Amino acid sequence: MSGSGELVVNALGRRVPTVVNDAEQVPFQGVGKHHPEGRKHAPPVRSSQNYPPSGDKRVADLKTALEECGLADGMVISTHHHLRNGDQVALATLTAAAGLGAKDLMWFPSASFPCHEPVIDFMERGVVHHIEGSMNGPLGRYCSEGKMRGMGVLRSHGGRWQAVQDGEVKIDIAVIAAPTADAFGNADGSHGPSACGSLGFALADSIYADRVIVVTDHLVDFPCIPWQIQGNNVDYVVEVDSIGDPAQIVSGTTQVTRSPDRQLIAEYVARFIRDSGIMRDGFSFQAGAGGIALAFIGYLREMMREAGVKARFVRGGSTEHLVSLLQEGLTDYILDGQTFDLAGVASIGEDPRHVATSPFTSYNHHGKGNFATMVDAVVLGATEVDVDFNANVNTHSDGVLLHGIGGWQNCLFSPCSILAVPAFRDRIPVIVDEVATVTGPGELVDVVVTERGIAINPRRHDLLDAVGGSDLPIRPLAEIKEEVEAIVGGPPRKPRLTDRPVAVIKWVDGTVLDTVWQVQG
Amino acid sequence: MAGTRKEGDVTGTAGPAGDDVRSDLNVSVELASSGGIQVELTSKVEALYGDSIRQGASEVLRALGVEHARVAVDDKGALPFVVAARVEAAARRAGVQGAAPPPRSAPLGNPSPRDRLRRSRLYLPGSQPKLFINAGLHRPDAVILDLEDSVHPDEKDTARLLVRNALATIDFRGAERMVRINQLPLGLADLDEVAPQQPDLILIPKVERPEQVEEVHGHLATVRSESDGDRPVWLMPIIESALGVENAFAIASAADTVVALTIGLEDYTADLGVPRSAAGTESAYARARLVNAAHAAGVQAIDSVFSDVADMDGLLAWARASRALGFEGMGCIHPRQIQPIHMGFSPTPEELEKALRIVAAYEEAQSRGLGVVSLGTKMIDPPVVLRARRVVDQAKAAGLVAGEKGGDR
Repeated sequence: MSGSGELVVNALGRRVPTVVNDAEQVPFQGVGKHHPEGRKHAPPVRSSQNYPPSGDKRVADLKTALEECGLADGMVISTHHHLRNGDQVALATLTAAAGLGAKDLMWFPSASFPCHEPVIDFMERGVVHHIEGSMNGPLGRYCSEGKMRGMGVLRSHGGRWQAVQDGEVKIDIAVIAAPTADAFGNADGSHGPSACGSLGFALADSIYADRVIVVTDHLVDFPCIPWQIQGNNVDYVVEVDSIGDPAQIVSGTTQVTRSPDRQLIAEYVARFIRDSGIMRDGFSFQAGAGGIALAFIGYLREMMREAGVKARFVRGGSTEHLVSLLQEGLTDYILDGQTFDLAGVASIGEDPRHVATSPFTSYNHHGKGNFATMVDAVVLGATEVDVDFNANVNTHSDGVLLHGIGGWQNCLFSPCSILAVPAFRDRIPVIVDEVATVTGPGELVDVVVTERGIAINPRRHDLLDAVGGSDLPIRPLAEIKEEVEAIVGGPPRKPRLTDRPVAVIKWVDGTVLDTVWQVQG
Repeated sequence: MAGTRKEGDVTGTAGPAGDDVRSDLNVSVELASSGGIQVELTSKVEALYGDSIRQGASEVLRALGVEHARVAVDDKGALPFVVAARVEAAARRAGVQGAAPPPRSAPLGNPSPRDRLRRSRLYLPGSQPKLFINAGLHRPDAVILDLEDSVHPDEKDTARLLVRNALATIDFRGAERMVRINQLPLGLADLDEVAPQQPDLILIPKVERPEQVEEVHGHLATVRSESDGDRPVWLMPIIESALGVENAFAIASAADTVVALTIGLEDYTADLGVPRSAAGTESAYARARLVNAAHAAGVQAIDSVFSDVADMDGLLAWARASRALGFEGMGCIHPRQIQPIHMGFSPTPEELEKALRIVAAYEEAQSRGLGVVSLGTKMIDPPVVLRARRVVDQAKAAGLVAGEKGGDR
């Protein structure tokens, strides 16, 4: 591993490296305190006369495309996670690169899934040097055990846009999986046998990468309508038999939690949003596809019906549950970041009120504003929350890196960010004295809802006042923590970690928020 | 209590094993003659609580008088009260005698009033401890820690220890703590283990004759006489056969600690040899007879369970009809059934408003020394006043009357 410079203590009191993968870092300065300057990164100048006048940019296969792109050792190769656990394009890309003898690549996925476990082999063989992106399951463990040659860098969806726009990450070749595309490179995610919904995660790469390859298993005659990715940014188009496993791309249906305890949490969240006055005509909220979030949508729907209240927009990841709100007229729009089930994909393909968004519109730090601050309430999860409301979504309580950030950090900018979590899982406390890793600073976490009560951040006098007269179980977070410790047999032992950084958690502005340390073997 | 070791049995195993186990554990205890207590632990929470699990297992064994044993624990994140119960069960299966109840850590609330609200009682299978810990959060009037039908015959010994430990360590948030024991005589052994942990009420299954109630009542007196003072342990016999229905009044009157009668419709309809229908026509007589017997004996009549957990509208309708028949509560097999049941067994707003007006009119008549109570142009008969008072009392207890705290159950 390359050096990590010295370790410094950032504004949140966390020890962080000053150098990551040979690049100088800015330690976290506090929310809203870092003001980067300069001009945005730009890809090389290209000219249309160098592209086929017929518009046909097809080449024989991925290997040829990579070769034409000038694949070389040490390059940054990006792929995207809109095909989720069904994705076959990332591994096909690395396989083709390995076939060309490439070494020391940096893989820059927008997120990884369990299906990407074989990337470990590419790292073992020297094809991939390190990963900057979410590392789930086996990849996270591999990194935590200190086996990756470079340091992992975890960014939010908005932080990935920030890093691409300000040149922190310069993508050499972007490979975009397209459920539908034409030979010019126009691409769409909402149609075709591998339809997934939005291609928003690939948008930045299509604009800023030096070279762009579109890979599709559903080629249509020009024009591909609608186009979410513009062919004018695309160098080559590759046709393959299959880009992914449809069963793993979207679920047939998304399951509401059946756990009575999680249903109780979901009910508390909905009651909080109603009783605090957030639920009013024209409001907005975001809820993803987790079991609690889906159950929450069900409870809120009942309350909206009862009160005769309608939302202006809701944000996904969309599912049949959000789609049913749209169809019932309980919201004017779905602004969709990704699409989780068949009902969501059908809706985004057919209903003009169901709109695909990207991290640029939703979350980008270098945008002139973004949607995240405009969503009245968001419902999120977490692995751990401490008594200062700092929250961790990246590592388990034993310090092992197991999850990415996704849009989680960006969503904290909502005027009411709600973490809906059980107070403990099995015997593992979720409400703790100090989180193993800080993914979100406590000052941005407004409400923690557990089955044992609702804790409101003391900074939010307004929210405390708003629910003052309600019969909701509002309690201090420290009191819930003590109750949990009495149940699970005292506070957990601190994770046993080494002093060697193996990954960093970036804040949305590109500064280093926290460090993931190698676990003791 | 120090234990003694029987010759022959040296190994005992307890608890579920397999990849899909959560919040539980499998324990093997092999008694040895030397080497102290050695705990071999595999645990998903090893990094956080490994030491605590090893220590907890050793403490239980020492409390049982075991000095040398090899213990294998495969833990999937079980809470300490579960670890202790499974270790004790494995040791007992290895032939160790004695008991190692945990010290009381849960608050022991006020003694349960004889006629408290018993609208909902949530069944918790005694061998599934992971369902115990959050049961009180769903605000049932009562929880039933079940040792009978939901527990496999081979697991009765372990379930008993799990329930005992739960009574000592879990805060059920004010829910009445009920235990359903097995049919006699096995049920008497259940009482030996759980009664010292101060349950509020014992459900006696498949009661057909008053003598069964008397036997439980008498046995409880002997188990509890040592230290438990005057804290009551109420009885709720379950009528589950045609003979039980015929003897319902005698059963309800068999002991002064009987506070309620309830009915088990699955077994009752099986006894009749007819299928249990959604409408319940086949059990109409038995339920009406039970209500009458209970009221004649001055105890509460409590209905059976509603088995379709997905049908909330059907449940509410059933609860409303049940209340109209004279029942005061019913069982729940899922926490989400609790709120509809509370709604169904509470007075409707219109009913409550009318009752409040009648009571107010009565009180005004009393204060003015009038013998006749009237509301508007109608004269109110004494039984109407009585019924109205009852509705108001129920509503107050359920916290439905403004300004009346009444408690949350």
